[in-house]
Amino acid sequence: MQVLDFTVRSNEALNDQNHLIKVAPANSEVLPEIRPGQFVQILVDNSPHVFLRRPISVNFVDREKNELWLLIQRIGEGTEKICGLPAGGTMNLIYPLGNSFSLPDRKGKFLLIGGGVGTAPLLFLGKKIKQNGMESEFLLGGRSGKDILQRADFERYGTLYCTTEDGSLGEKGFVTHHSVLKEKKYDFIYTCGPKPMMLAVAKYARDHGIECEASLENLMACGFGACLCCIEKTIRGNVCACTEGPVFNINQLTWLD
Amino acid sequence: MARLEVHIGNLKLKNPVMTASGTFGYGTEYTDFIDLGRLGGIFVKGTTLEPRQGNNYPRMAETPSGMLNSVGLQNKGVNYFVEHLYPVIKEYDTHMIVNVSGSTVEDYVACAEKLADLDKMPAIELNISCPNVKEGGMAFGTSCQSAAQVTREVRKAFPKTLIVKLSPNVTDITEIARAVEDEGADAVSLVNTFLGMAIDVESRTPKLSTITGGLSGPCIKPIAIRMVWEVFHSVKIPLIGMGGICNWQDAIEFILAGATAVQVGTYNFIDPAASVKIVDGINDYLDRHHLASVNDLVGKMIVK
Repeated sequence: MQVLDFTVRSNEALNDQNHLIKVAPANSEVLPEIRPGQFVQILVDNSPHVFLRRPISVNFVDREKNELWLLIQRIGEGTEKICGLPAGGTMNLIYPLGNSFSLPDRKGKFLLIGGGVGTAPLLFLGKKIKQNGMESEFLLGGRSGKDILQRADFERYGTLYCTTEDGSLGEKGFVTHHSVLKEKKYDFIYTCGPKPMMLAVAKYARDHGIECEASLENLMACGFGACLCCIEKTIRGNVCACTEGPVFNINQLTWLD
Repeated sequence: MARLEVHIGNLKLKNPVMTASGTFGYGTEYTDFIDLGRLGGIFVKGTTLEPRQGNNYPRMAETPSGMLNSVGLQNKGVNYFVEHLYPVIKEYDTHMIVNVSGSTVEDYVACAEKLADLDKMPAIELNISCPNVKEGGMAFGTSCQSAAQVTREVRKAFPKTLIVKLSPNVTDITEIARAVEDEGADAVSLVNTFLGMAIDVESRTPKLSTITGGLSGPCIKPIAIRMVWEVFHSVKIPLIGMGGICNWQDAIEFILAGATAVQVGTYNFIDPAASVKIVDGINDYLDRHHLASVNDLVGKMIVK
């Protein structure tokens, strides 16, 4: 873990709500090892009401350019401020934080299920799975086609299936209704997105005996295990989602009890 | 930097900057960010006789210039601390001070007795001001009688430096400070969090599982400074000031109001290196103002 200033290399609006911000260490420090599922804590500068940092998952690491990609949804004063950062601007991060999705040595079929901005960590995860010599399939959901972000990037690492609530892209409905779940059999499901979606995915995985990990978005203050605010109730009691997560095997969670 | 040295009871601190309980874990959480040896002291997480799971999620809500929490003293209990945490943290080159909490006077005493036996545990901070537990905690700190009673009993069991952490959720904090001074407290630390609440207007539900919680951060700083100033003029024992300290200017402000030492709390979450930056800032301030010792500033607000 470290605190470091980054320079914004680019800031692109992907739709009316989401920005893809690419940052690189301000003094060209080489990025440390970063694992898929880990996150950063972004300092929000010059915003009178915003006090805490904003936890944002790592969307992608571009080693060649020494760049970190962050996919950020504008939902409040803090993220509004961050999405307003121009290229050349400075962003202070505490990183890398949290655990990661496990990348089993076993061969198998991976399905990565994401919803909304929760698709963010799945891109980097898909790349790592491909690097390990395996193929991922992605199942991404959103309200409409414009909400399913970075489609071309995902397609570089595996087959992409989509669902939209309005039917404007892929199959109409929620991710857990997609026909691929009936037609194919997977060994591992990794998921990140809104809690109701992850609950439905976890239930599907358990019912079908598929190993499943979920990345949680609990409210956080520090992000490194000091404040004990972001706790998740697990079979081992309350644990910090920031240090023992954000990725949990669903067998550890009490969601389905 | 001998001129930064201050004394709290029998404790000699290398500088007046410490970190507040509940915001700094056991110090281990911060070793990636700072050299813990540069701190005057570390107040570790509130510790109780029995393990506690704390309150349900959500336990935190951000508020303008601050945050509400209702962690509720989640900790593994004093025995776990003595067996597993103390052996690690006793090696740190700074004072490690345990914040002690409980539901009954007997809990506090039993916990303090176990800590009194530890060689490298020079002091405890008696937490009679936690707003987030159903029994005990703040209840002890909001009446002179109960504050005096718990201080008196712990004083008998704990011969080393005894610091009592005061609640700001009282009509007159000076009365409580005097009550614990009379029972033998070596110092008081103030203030703990202010009781507050926040409501999500769309769902019309409380933002905390416990409805109310403790407010901390820069939003409470002016009230905390006022309370330090009031208590400074009411007791003879030294004060450890806290409440929204983010930088060296804030720390000096507390010292001028009457604090001998300070604790950095919530801001550790935003800048994990804030505490050591404050040590450097105070040192530079002494240089610029040609002061021989930080002690020369304690309570030295100039009123014209």
